[in-house]
Amino acid sequence: MSQRPRLWLGAVGRHSVLLVTSLFALLPFLWMVSLSLKSPAEMFQSSYSLWPEHFHAIENYTRALTAAPLPRFMLNGVIVCGAIIALQLLICAPCAYALAKLKFAGRDSLFALVLVALLIPHQVLTLPLFVLCYEVGILDTYAGLILPFIVSPFGIFLLRQFFKAIPDDVIHAARLDGVSELGIVWRIMMPMALPAAIAFAIFSAVSHWNALLWPLIVVQSESLMPPAQGIVAFHNNEVGVEYGPLMAGAVIVVAPLVIAFLFAQHRFIDGLKMGRVK
Amino acid sequence: MSTHESRVGYALAAPGILALLLLFIGPTIAIFVIAATDWELGADRLSFVGLENFRVMSVDPGFRAALFNTIVYALIVVPATMILGLVTALLVESTRTWQAFYRAAHFLPAMATMAAMAIAWEALLHPTIGLVNHALIFLGLQPENWLHNRHTVLPVLAAIGVWQNFGNAMVLFLAGLKAIPQDLYAAAAVDGADSPLDRLRTVTLPLLGPTMMFVTIIVGLRSLEVFTSVQILTQGGPDQASNVLLYTLYRESFEYLNTGYGAAITVVFLVMVCTLTLIQARTMDRRVHYT
Repeated sequence: MSQRPRLWLGAVGRHSVLLVTSLFALLPFLWMVSLSLKSPAEMFQSSYSLWPEHFHAIENYTRALTAAPLPRFMLNGVIVCGAIIALQLLICAPCAYALAKLKFAGRDSLFALVLVALLIPHQVLTLPLFVLCYEVGILDTYAGLILPFIVSPFGIFLLRQFFKAIPDDVIHAARLDGVSELGIVWRIMMPMALPAAIAFAIFSAVSHWNALLWPLIVVQSESLMPPAQGIVAFHNNEVGVEYGPLMAGAVIVVAPLVIAFLFAQHRFIDGLKMGRVK
Repeated sequence: MSTHESRVGYALAAPGILALLLLFIGPTIAIFVIAATDWELGADRLSFVGLENFRVMSVDPGFRAALFNTIVYALIVVPATMILGLVTALLVESTRTWQAFYRAAHFLPAMATMAAMAIAWEALLHPTIGLVNHALIFLGLQPENWLHNRHTVLPVLAAIGVWQNFGNAMVLFLAGLKAIPQDLYAAAAVDGADSPLDRLRTVTLPLLGPTMMFVTIIVGLRSLEVFTSVQILTQGGPDQASNVLLYTLYRESFEYLNTGYGAAITVVFLVMVCTLTLIQARTMDRRVHYT
């Protein structure tokens, strides 16, 4: 008899706590969107509501898109993330295949090298990589944003794990059919390890879309800035004192990943979990 | 092993391995070498000074503040993130409705662009138009200039750190909870542990032990890496009160161009991160034996 109300109370308790923690997680997002819809006059009112009394969204978003080169930042983000992911897969997949499936002297030492590289946090590399980019003359170029990231020890490691699980018979059969070794990598191994490749691509896209430290170091021209650095430049220039357009800009920068995340929640969580756990 | 297979192996591995040597291993070695010099970027001469940079560091108030603040930050962020992550994971696991919504809502901060979200936090904490101060005034409390008060700035940044990380911790705990065999709960019930709290104490928490250790280290690593919120919201101020390790590294290396000194700070950062990572690798090993 007493079980029912207790179960019911338990559910209410659980949901109350979770709604509070959800509010904590979502509050900055809600506030950001709310301010991006309001006029300056309304922001400074003493009475408050999340939903604006007078819709000022069109003015704010238009100003965000025209006062700072926001579309350019977004395009740069796509170019940089796209190039990095493509090059990483291009370089990591054959390497992972060799380390997983081919036998040659020194293979284990090379894999140990990958593990050592996996241990190194990327922030440690910023100073020597900056010097390298300076010597090569690619500071303040797309190359400077992309080339330091063309290889990922995590990518090699993850793909190798997946490739190892693929039976050798598949490879032998392909060789008998006359498929080249690179053909085996791209036409047989990669499709079979697609979940790993997708998880890795998502991890990489999120990392580089969000990256701030490296772009701050390597890029000065506004026309090259990726989104995270772009919104910081927006924040620091004269438009940045207008909260409405600034928040509209922040919404635009955050939106692509959030929308992609909402559509493919599990893939995102898996990708980021794997990446951060490495 | 055929010579053909060897040759193919080297050829396929070469681009990746060479890139790793050029972009990871070489630079890491370079950091130790540069840390032993007085090099300033752009200067055409440099000399080896041995451990001088580390001696300067030990008496540099800026570095000491950064190290101290980073540790305080981590000591707030790690336990708070763990508790919040664990509690939300247990609650999400035990509810059947709205699970997807809760998971998405809690995880959103972990993947959203921190640079933009730091700006949103600035708006929340704004002295006059910020929601936080509005709420305080509504409750009859004193408003505060959160990011410009040396007593509040670090706890506030830590709260932002918890906000950013606890969804990630929750997701890792959810995976840990899923790995607990259901028959253990049945066995515990036979032994008389059938209230939810008993089950938590006798089964869930002990079996989550390895996950907890491992999440602690992940969150610890993330705390050592705090940079974006500091760079955007406080620039280490007021008066060093929110200076942290990576921010001081960034400033010395790239704003003041003290390349040698920046490299020495990098070495300290590397040692701290590697220590934590190696502890993590060892716990991972143990976890494999555990289950």
